[in-house]
Amino acid sequence: MISPQEEVIIDVLVDHKPGVLCTVSNLFRRRGFNISNVAIGTSEKDRVARMTLTMRGGEKEAVQLVRHLENLVDVIKAEIVDAGKAVVRELALVKIAPKPEDRLQIMSFVDVYRAKIVHLSDDSIIVEASGDSDKIDAFIELSRNFGLKEVARTGITALSREQKSTESEGNDVGW
Amino acid sequence: MEMSGANALVEALRREKTQVVFGLPGGVIMPVYDVFYKMKDLPPELAIRNILVRHEQSAAHMADGYARASGRVGVCMSTSGPGATNLVTGIATAFMDSSPIIAITGQVARPFIGKDAFQETDIIGVVTSVTKYAFQPRKASEIPQMVKAAFRIATTRRPGPVVIDIPKDVQQEMGVVEFTDQPVPRRYGPLPDPEPGTVGRMVDALAKAKTPLIIAGGGVRIAEASRELVALAELLMCPVATSLMGKGCIPEDHPLSIGVMGMHGPSETNRIVSSADVLLIVGSRLSDRTTGNIDKFCPNSQILHVDTDKAEIAKNKTPTISLVSDARKALKALHTGLVKRLAREPKSHWFQKAKNDIDLCDLQKDGPYLSAVHAIRLLRKLLPREAIVTTEVGQNQMWSAVHFQAYGPRQFITSGGLGTMGFGFPAALGAKVACPETPVVDIAGDGSFAMTENAMATSIEEQIPVTVVVLNNRMLGMVAQWHRLFYGRRYCGVELGRSPCFPKLAEAYGAVGVAVQDYKELSEAVKSALANEVTTVIDVPISPEEDATPMLAPGAGLEEAVIA
Repeated sequence: MISPQEEVIIDVLVDHKPGVLCTVSNLFRRRGFNISNVAIGTSEKDRVARMTLTMRGGEKEAVQLVRHLENLVDVIKAEIVDAGKAVVRELALVKIAPKPEDRLQIMSFVDVYRAKIVHLSDDSIIVEASGDSDKIDAFIELSRNFGLKEVARTGITALSREQKSTESEGNDVGW
Repeated sequence: MEMSGANALVEALRREKTQVVFGLPGGVIMPVYDVFYKMKDLPPELAIRNILVRHEQSAAHMADGYARASGRVGVCMSTSGPGATNLVTGIATAFMDSSPIIAITGQVARPFIGKDAFQETDIIGVVTSVTKYAFQPRKASEIPQMVKAAFRIATTRRPGPVVIDIPKDVQQEMGVVEFTDQPVPRRYGPLPDPEPGTVGRMVDALAKAKTPLIIAGGGVRIAEASRELVALAELLMCPVATSLMGKGCIPEDHPLSIGVMGMHGPSETNRIVSSADVLLIVGSRLSDRTTGNIDKFCPNSQILHVDTDKAEIAKNKTPTISLVSDARKALKALHTGLVKRLAREPKSHWFQKAKNDIDLCDLQKDGPYLSAVHAIRLLRKLLPREAIVTTEVGQNQMWSAVHFQAYGPRQFITSGGLGTMGFGFPAALGAKVACPETPVVDIAGDGSFAMTENAMATSIEEQIPVTVVVLNNRMLGMVAQWHRLFYGRRYCGVELGRSPCFPKLAEAYGAVGVAVQDYKELSEAVKSALANEVTTVIDVPISPEEDATPMLAPGAGLEEAVIA
């Protein structure tokens, strides 16, 4: 049972074509679903894109959203991700402009978070961090003490560990 | 074969058995109209009839009326920009009531798209929330499969409108097009058969019910499931209430029919619904107008919900058992299951229906006005059983819902979900085109009729005769009623006054206009209207004080005190 305010992750496979993101996001707006995150990219099939949505509102609303999504012609399938049985990740790029004396300390906490320094110059560092959202949040909070400048996050993506839900059926377009 | 995009479109429409297109041309749809021109020499069975409207909104409503009366897809057409946006009210109307229409719009040529060219509107962006799907072919060769897909989407599962937006240069370009009559296997197909386990549980609940009841919605009409509905009701000996959209799915003079429930439903009907222990809801989305306050809706009843759209299950009311299925297949399966069960323990009749008779033999006028209720009941008596009635929106619609008995599922056509004033008259014309032998009557209010009365020009020029009964209270009657009931009679923006004189307006268009003064004149006017070869407008003076009652106050539950 998911509590009413808990975040629910929904895995959506859609036909990969122009306008599909607009159609799907229009549904949230029109029906008033509270979506906190959308990540979209290609999938294992050429003509199929995978969207990972994160919504706030609990299970009953999530079930309703899944049904509305599945009514869209361009949606191949939509399902709630059981976070306990899935790999859930988010990636963040964090730009920090530290004082020279802090640089060493940053390197050590980057290590603790299993993050990576992907850019290093005289006046700034970009760190790539990935993991669940709580970890990213914590990393960003910590960075505030060391001259945090900019953050770019991908949003949550997830894949079920079970075999069945990761496969998109067919290459047939909806219509 | 090689042909232009416009030719491919028309050929694809013909292959989908389109017989008529309602529309109005303009700059970027002219290549298609040029193909229509060339069809003039074809015999009528091969050509597509092109009906010219005077405003695109009417084209969409006509296509909708055509679809609702016949069950076939209605097609409307316009140019880009204002032509397309004028269609939107009609598209939204069809969307809310699940009516299969296809709207074809011209679009500016590909190089101009996104440049804010003359009469460019992103119509796909505009209609996304009120269509099942919207296509924009970018090559002539894409047109045949998109048209095929549009018809399939419009009619599959829960029907609804589809837009095809075609850039002008795509209409003009030559392309190699292929037509196939073979159904292509696509993902968006019909639903599977009803799940036997769920059917079994529903059968069990209905067999055990002491006071079962069926609520039939528009889904029953769409699935052509009236016969199955009546058969199941007769087996269960249970009353059938309908939503506004389901009106006529069971003949309303059937002993088990208790009429339209909801905000304006007879209190007896709402009371019977509330006393059911098991409610079988088929093809209704349980709108607020049907259920009253949803939190007070049948709190102790078991709810069995059948709908073709799974997103309707638990959207408004969480059911005890739900079944996602076509209404007809579900009703058949329930019947089959129950026949076996009830052979041993037949059901008995459990409810007392309210008397629905008013003596119409000697109707007398009260002052200068006729009563809308009596006029509508008299109209029912005068019309043949198979007549099709459309309504406008407001008091005229609610009076008709309660007092005009419908005897068939495609005989009462009204804008239920969107509540579009101005729908009834063009929808009546569309219905008449679909069913030319059947008398078609629009029960109108003066406010609504004024919104699309210019469709009279189409009715005259295209020889589509219908009858319009204008219940004329010189008011936006339903809003005025709310002013009286809830706003201390503070009338604001509802008094329409004496303009126009509808009979004279009708004559200006070449139609017949009659102003009646009493019931006898009304009878005669209706009788001669049915025989007229042109559209007849009958102006019926009714009191601005006559309310559409009974009525639940907004927020009230079905069982609560009504305004009578």
